[in-house]
Amino acid sequence: MTGLRAFLLPHRVVMLALALGVVIWCAVALRWDWLPKYLPLIGEGIWRTIWLLAVTSVLGFLLAIPLGLAQAAGPWYLAAPARVFCTVIRGTPLLLQLWLLYYGLGSLFPQFPAIRQSELWPYLRQAWPYAVLALTLSFAGYEGEVMRGAFKGVPSGQLEAARAMGMPRLTILRRIWLPLAIRRALPTLGGETVLQLKATPLVATITVVDIYAVASRVRQDTFIVYEPLLLLAVVYMVITGGIVLGFRWFENRVPSRVA
Amino acid sequence: MLETLTEAFPTLSLLAWEPPGWGANLVRGLVNSIQIALGAFGLGLLIGTGGAYGKLYGGPVMRDMLAVYTTVVRAVPELVLILILYFAVTDLVNQALVSFGYDRVQISGVAAGIAVLGVVQGAYATEVLRGAILAVPVGQLEAARAMGMPVLKAARRITLPLMLANAIPGLANLWLIATKDTALLAIVGFAELTLQTRQAASSTKAFLTFFLAAGVLYLLITLLSGVIFGRVEKWARRGQPGSGGGGR
Repeated sequence: MTGLRAFLLPHRVVMLALALGVVIWCAVALRWDWLPKYLPLIGEGIWRTIWLLAVTSVLGFLLAIPLGLAQAAGPWYLAAPARVFCTVIRGTPLLLQLWLLYYGLGSLFPQFPAIRQSELWPYLRQAWPYAVLALTLSFAGYEGEVMRGAFKGVPSGQLEAARAMGMPRLTILRRIWLPLAIRRALPTLGGETVLQLKATPLVATITVVDIYAVASRVRQDTFIVYEPLLLLAVVYMVITGGIVLGFRWFENRVPSRVA
Repeated sequence: MLETLTEAFPTLSLLAWEPPGWGANLVRGLVNSIQIALGAFGLGLLIGTGGAYGKLYGGPVMRDMLAVYTTVVRAVPELVLILILYFAVTDLVNQALVSFGYDRVQISGVAAGIAVLGVVQGAYATEVLRGAILAVPVGQLEAARAMGMPVLKAARRITLPLMLANAIPGLANLWLIATKDTALLAIVGFAELTLQTRQAASSTKAFLTFFLAAGVLYLLITLLSGVIFGRVEKWARRGQPGSGGGGR
């Protein structure tokens, strides 16, 4: 209660009233009559955006662990390729990577009859596998760099203690090194996930129908310029808020006492 | 050597400078990209400096408005912001022109791109610079105030030079984001490197060649910027104890 009272300073009340006024003006003065017709499509688009975000973040993070480990502690023949991968992913625009995979590989594959006759071909003809691949590689590239720092930042005393207890190397990784590194990476992980969300609308350019593509279609069908874009902005802000709150909740649950 | 290469990969000859090749187009796109990135980065720095000072020393209303600005811009995808700002800015300018009795104008792609990406960059730069200013030791500012320095002079001679060293890593990151965000302007039809590449690729069907070539160009910018920012950080840290320049 005191928190709410501290928040509601006089100028904030005025600002909130102004914001409410803008929202009401938007609801009344702008055109929203297209909304009921496109509602199912919008729901599908939001679902696909969240699905892409979840799948590519999880896969990308799983890929980032070996990338970070190779750079932090691996021999040079593992560390060098991992570093080159991270540099290339972080040094080129995601849109270019996406188009390279979709148009480049997509135009290469049909030239090989073996690929065309394989079981995978029905999937390789669609757009979403390329979207998932590009977004996963991108997340892995950025997060691999974070994990490198996290692995390096784990206090060496912890690892020495584990080794002194005679733990095998894989057990050390599983029970000591990795959990401590993930705990260090957790604050940045939330930010990276928000950035990943903001990267998902790019997949609309290769014909994956996410919420951005739905909004573009509404704009093309109805010639309404601003309203679908406003809806898009609100949807993304809500999802971002969800991600931030989710990670905050998760961080509070993880014990944070670092020895 | 070069001939055997072009024999092995016949599409490489498409990268030649002269018209059957598309080299000149790619380089023109690259120049456009760099131009927009530089403009957006500069505009972002201006907005960011103002925003950081506003957030730190402004009144409560100013602070809350800046908080709304940075939160909204950092929560909404750049692509959506670019579309909203691109249409809204063009529309507003044209409405203003019409109401004053002038004809509508077509706003140039470069100007619109710089304005839009600059607003996005400004939000991130605000946070980077705010953190860097906070990291300036309080004693330095107190000393300046005790010497009777006016506020603006203290900002120019004490705060800004001292915070620059702290801000450089964040700003380097922002510059890389700016160069990569120029690719998004391809979607509103601006002829920067990515769109030029796509046009070249789809008219010659040599997709891999062109996209890889563009990737190399972007990568060159990134690597070169890394070297330059490393130098700048070393310069900004001159005379500071303990760091030995650059390293963490």
